[in-house]
Order: sequence, then C-alpha cells, then structure tokens
Amino acid sequence: MNTEIFNMVDIDIAWCPGCGNFPILKILKQALTELTIEPTKLVMVSGIGQAAKIPHYLKANVFNGLHGRALPPATAIKATNPALTVIAESGDGDMYAEGGNHFIHTIRRNPDIINIVHNNMVYGLTKGQASPTSQTGFKTPVQVGGVFLEPFNPLAVAIALDASFVARAFSGDAEQTKEIIKQAIEHKGYALVDIFQPCVSFNKLNTFEWFKKNTYYLDDSHDPSNRNEAFKKATENEPFPLGIFYINPDKRTFEENIGIYKENQKPLYEREPDVGKLKSLIETFTISE
Amino acid sequence: MRKDLSIVLCGQAGQGIQTVEYLLTRIFKLAGYNVFATKEYMSRVRGGINSTEIRVSSGPVRACVNRIDILIPLNKGAVGHVEKRISPQTIILAEKETIADDFDQTRHNFIDVPFTKKASEIGNKIYSNVVAVGTITGLFGIELQTAGEYVKKFFFSKADDVIQNNLAAVKAGFNLGLALADSSKIKFDINGDAGIKGQILVNGVEAAALGAIAGGCNFISSYPMSPSTGLLVFLAKQAKDFGIIAEQAEDEIAAINMAIGAWYAGARAMVTTSGGGFALMTEGISLAGILESPIVIHLAQRPGPATGLPTRTEQADLELALYAGHGEFPRILLAPGNIQDAFYLTRKAFYLADKYQIPVFILTDQYFVDSYYNTPCPDLPDINIEKHIIKTGVDYKRYKLTDDGISPRGIPGYGNGLVAVDSDEHDEAGHITEDLTLRVEMVDKRLKKLQLLKNDAIPPVLVGSEDYKNLIVCWGSTYNVVKEAVENLGRDDTAFLHFRQVYPLPGQTSDYLKKAKRIIIVENNATSQFAKLIKLHTDIEINDRILKYDGLSFYVEELTEKLNDLLN
Repeated sequence: MNTEIFNMVDIDIAWCPGCGNFPILKILKQALTELTIEPTKLVMVSGIGQAAKIPHYLKANVFNGLHGRALPPATAIKATNPALTVIAESGDGDMYAEGGNHFIHTIRRNPDIINIVHNNMVYGLTKGQASPTSQTGFKTPVQVGGVFLEPFNPLAVAIALDASFVARAFSGDAEQTKEIIKQAIEHKGYALVDIFQPCVSFNKLNTFEWFKKNTYYLDDSHDPSNRNEAFKKATENEPFPLGIFYINPDKRTFEENIGIYKENQKPLYEREPDVGKLKSLIETFTISE
Repeated sequence: MRKDLSIVLCGQAGQGIQTVEYLLTRIFKLAGYNVFATKEYMSRVRGGINSTEIRVSSGPVRACVNRIDILIPLNKGAVGHVEKRISPQTIILAEKETIADDFDQTRHNFIDVPFTKKASEIGNKIYSNVVAVGTITGLFGIELQTAGEYVKKFFFSKADDVIQNNLAAVKAGFNLGLALADSSKIKFDINGDAGIKGQILVNGVEAAALGAIAGGCNFISSYPMSPSTGLLVFLAKQAKDFGIIAEQAEDEIAAINMAIGAWYAGARAMVTTSGGGFALMTEGISLAGILESPIVIHLAQRPGPATGLPTRTEQADLELALYAGHGEFPRILLAPGNIQDAFYLTRKAFYLADKYQIPVFILTDQYFVDSYYNTPCPDLPDINIEKHIIKTGVDYKRYKLTDDGISPRGIPGYGNGLVAVDSDEHDEAGHITEDLTLRVEMVDKRLKKLQLLKNDAIPPVLVGSEDYKNLIVCWGSTYNVVKEAVENLGRDDTAFLHFRQVYPLPGQTSDYLKKAKRIIIVENNATSQFAKLIKLHTDIEINDRILKYDGLSFYVEELTEKLNDLLN
C-alpha cells in the first residue's frame, strides 16, 4: 500500500530502534490511507512523551500540546470545526496519569474523536518509572520494591462510563490493529483504542513475547453491544483480551449536543457575530418598556 | 437637602435581597433616576448576612459610599452587620416584630414599617420583600403603575395568583411609602433625568460579556468559581442565539486547554476564572505563549492566598497575571475602570489577542463584576470584525520568521497547507526541534511583538486639571470611586490618572508621572503591586500609597478622607 501521502521527509525520529511506536505509526498511516482521509482534514493532537511525538512523524495538522492535555484541545478542535478528523494520540502516562481527569470527562462528553493510547506499561521519556498501567511487582528506579498500586484499567473505566467505542489492540499485529483503528475512525463518537506495545529500553517484563503470550482475540461470540459482558472481558488479565470490547452507537456526540450546528453547518471560523441581534440584546438592558 | 440617597438592604442569603435590589434598581431606572448598586455577601447559599447598596441620584452615581441614608434590615442581626456605617442621620425602616430587640430607638432612628404584617394580610409573609419595594417606590413618589408593570414583568412566569399577590404587595408598600413621604421624616430632593432613558443598566460582568460577543467570542470553557462565573452564565444563556459553545470543563486546566484548542481550529475563545482557578490555568498561559495562540482570560480577582475570601474583592492578582506561566513571552493586561471600559476593552481583547497571537487578560474583581449603574449604550459598528487568519497554501509554515515577529496564522482545514503547533520549541513549520540557533530566533521572534504592543497600548486617562501638582494613580475597578473622591477634594492642583492597560505600560506613563510634584497611588491590595510595576518600568518610585485589603472596595468618603489627610 502506498501511504506516501502521510510521509514526512527529512525527519529525525526520536524513538529507540525496535520501539513499538514504529509499527503503530505505520499501521495508522495505512488505516488513514485506506479510509482516504486527506492530511489537510486531519488533526493529530498529542500531549508529551515518546508516543506523543507521533504527530511530528506523520503528515497532518498538528496540535502537540501539554503533558496530559491532549483531550481538551482535541474536543475543542472537533467542536470548532466538525469537518475535521481529530485523533488524540499519546502514551499511557500522558492519557491515564497526568490526563486522567480529562480521560474520564472526555468520555462523558463524547466528542467524535479517536483516542489512541500507546500502552507500554512504563514511562519512556523520563526513563523507566512506573506508569498507571504498570503491573504489580514491576521494579523501577522509583518503585524500587516493585509497583504495589493497582494497575489502571482504562477499558473497564471507559465501559463503566458507557464510552461509545472501546477497543484494545497490539502493535505486534498489524492487520488486526489496522482494522480496529479504521473502525474507531469510522465510529461516530468518542473511540478509545488502547494499544499494547513493548518498550525495548525500559520494560523488560512486558516484552513483545510477553504480550504475544498474554493476549488473545475476542472471537465472534463476543457481542460488543453487551455492556456487562464487555466490562467482564475488560477485567480479565493474563491473558488480556484484544479486539473491540464495546460499542454504543446510539450516543449523541458533543458536537450534536452543543446545538450550534443544527441549523448552520458552518465551522466557527466562517461565522460572524450577529450585530443586529447583539444590538437587540443590549437594548433589553435599557429596561424601557 | 440630599441630592443623592444611599439605600442599604441587609438580610440573610436566600431572603430575597437580590430580588429587592433587582426590582428597585430597574424601577428607579424606569422612573428616570440615576442609579448605582453594589453588594457584599458571605460565601454561603443560605443564611449569613449580606448587604446591597443602592444609590439614587439626580446626577450620575457610579461608586459605593460608606454612608447609609436609609437602611432596610430584613432580619435580626442585620443592623449589627452594618453598624459601623449607621450615623445619626440614618433612617432605619424596619419591622419591630421581625428584627426584635435590634429595634432600639435609643440607639438609632428607627421607623416601624409593617412589611411582614402587610405581606401576611395579602396571604404570605414571603411577599414582605415586594412590600419593601413598594414602600421605597411610594417614598420617591414614583408612579405605582411603573412599579406594578415591572413587578408583573418580573414575575410573568409565575402563577396568576402569585402575580396578583405581588401586585397587591407593591400597592400595600406603596401606600406605606406615601405615608412616610407625608410624614417628612425622610427628606431629599432627587429629580429624574430624561437623558437616561436610552441608557443601559448592566453590571461589570454583563458589560464584559456583551463586549466579548461584540468581539466575536464564540467559545467559552470555564469552571465555576466566584466571582468569575457570571460571564460563563451570561454567555451560556446567549449561546443559542449567538452560536456560542459554552462548556463547563472538568477543571480549569481543561478549560484553558480547550480554549486554546478552539482558537487553533478557528474559534474566538475565552475563559473566565478567579484566584486558585487561574493558578491552575497558568500552564495553559505558558502554552499559549509558545504556541503563539490567542487567548482571552477574564480574571475576576478575589482575596487570596488560596481560598482566601471567596466572595470578597481585591486587586491582588496583578503580579500573578503578569508573571503566570513559565518561560518568557509577551502578553497584555487590561483592567476596565468602568462599565464602558468593560465592554470596549473585552471586545478589544479579542482583537489584540488575535492580531498579536498572545494571551490578553481582562482583570476585574468582585466589586467590579457585581456593581452596576446606568450608562450610555455602547456603539456597535455594522461591520464584520477583523479576523487575523489566512487561507494556507501548500508550503505554509505556521512559525515563519518575519520582520515584526508575527507569523500569519492559518487554521486546519482552511486552505491547502498544514498547520502544526507545538509546545516544544519548534521550527518554522511547527515541528519539534533542538536546533539551538533556531531556539534563539524563535524566542526573539516572540519577544519582538512586545515592541508592537507598546505602539498599540491603550493610554491612561487623565481626569482633572492638566496643570496638576498632585497626581493620584489608580488602575482597574477603582476608577469611579477615585473619580468621586477627587471631585470631593475640589482641588485645582490635583488630578488622577487611571490605567486601563496595566501591562505593557503605555508609553505616556513616565511623562504623566514626571509632571507631578507628588504622586499618590490607590490600590485594593496590601503591597501596591502596580506601584512596583511602575517602578520596574519607569524607575519612578511612588511612596504615598493608599491601600485597602480587608476584602471590601474603597468607599468614597474613606478615600476622600485619606487623600485629604495626605494632601493637607
């Protein structure tokens, strides 16, 4: 497949050789190409971290904001111009730790955006500390006796909040991951795709082989419209299920709920304040009648 | 005889003081009187004791006074709450039964007015507030019909019998007021002013919100916090009519990051916040700094540190706003002094933020947002607002190095180019870089804008004699109280200089200050933050400082006295 349209030229990629970010980048370009999304209509939003550098390695509009803050601007960008495809993509520390509050409330808000989270269960850019998804017992320079905090379960949280699309993928499986991402992009409403990936530099526990061994795909018997079943699957670990856990296609999106596009589809930048209406509004403060 | 009357209502939160204030100020306005109102309140939903001051006058009144001419205490304890402001000239209209042993003729001038008794006769003591409205209306000789029509309009959504009972309450109160007027116990000579008919009656936050709409604001994301919330509430109410996205964020961090995202995609966005909420936003201010994103921040100050006095007033976040956000980047701080400023400066804030791609602050405070008076309608030209965005071409670079430091701002989806913005130091295309030569160029590019900002600075306003020897300096919400105090001084050798733009300091600042033999600064804070700013940028030291930081605004008399003490 020719994904050239999304290729950047002359870039110095800051990822370690063998990093799980490379296949995710490649898969994402393929998914976008297959869906014929134009780079000019795509906005890649990220926070801070190694995964959060992905917008710089793919030809698109970019909003690389602050650590943990990818989701609020992504929500606002989509609300300001619903014609744009908005992908908020970062790592597990960015989305689930620093950005945890936004993760919860963005799901409640349900903007029509795609939230891709590179989940390697460790902090890379700050060199090897625990992430919210680190498994208990995982030893790091800070968690010297091993992690004893309960690992954050993003899928269970998302399903508990009735997120409209919840999936987990594995960077080692290009074909399935691409299909999941494509479905997430085509889904109307907030779509979470948590992607397991190895960190070759700092996570010697959850390696490529470990993920291979400790994951399996949900089969056709899984009904993604069954929220209770999805929640049950989301609480399984070792092996962790992969695939689309849950879809609620009936939720109204944030852009629909804010109501300003009901009669007027124009994005905000094409609009002007209604001076006549404003004059009438100001007039009401004369209390003259 | 008094040409200007100060009426103070005092009672518990939830007792309907706000209804009385609302009705009375509007009825005064309808009847053609100049009116001013402000309030102070405790941080609670019910109970506590709050007060509202309404000034009625033949001429414009725009600042609060300490003096109380007529006090209406609505419950026991209310008299004690404003005790320090009661003088032998204060007339207290109260119902003996309601305020019990507070009703003490040996201490103050009480007149027993049966507000509750009349209300109970009508059917429910809940109507006592409207009886009080009627009483003041009668006392002023305003036509009963004027008051009745407005009360009817105010309660229009209520059941018929409720409307009828309120009308009966106004009438009962009106007759009490007529009797009071006949008794000659309260004397004043206040006339209506035909000129105010077309004027508007809005408070500081309503004026700022109207200015925001005029500035093209179509996105507000904020987290509720007193005293800043009024702006969010106002725009949320107008959201449908004006196509505004008004979102209550999960926290202030989300609020400002949303607003910056909105500007990126082509909206004109603002946030409204106070003290601790703004502290949370500071990372966003810094983000706007490096992204070169426009953002308008309404910061309604209240006393800190931390939670401080949540419902009180102070001008102590000037330095916070000035230095908020890590790193070095330009910004503008505006501080409206009156209702007109609140409208025009907020409108202009959007223009400035958009043109220079920087954060622009509107600094108000609790006193300012909660105070209102009649003022002329703002002018609104029938032209589209000037937007500083461009349609991008294929080789568009968001941070193109230019002579003046401003790179034309594209937005995603408008044109064939790509728009990349990055919180990391970035190259011209907006991509992360560690090229340290480029780093210096980018810092210089951002800071270059400071020079342009100076050219576009809003000059301070000099009020009083051009040949002043004494110059009173003030900023933001103190404009009207300083104005009235300086007028009270009646000195030909004294003027005052009010700053609506506090940063960057307007170019004329030094000249104005150097001309004075003596400079006195007036600030609602403890450390004279604006004097420090002036010293930093002009090297002029202002040692005569009148500062107040008890959580209340200055009163006209208090300031007059302090100025007199210093000048005589």
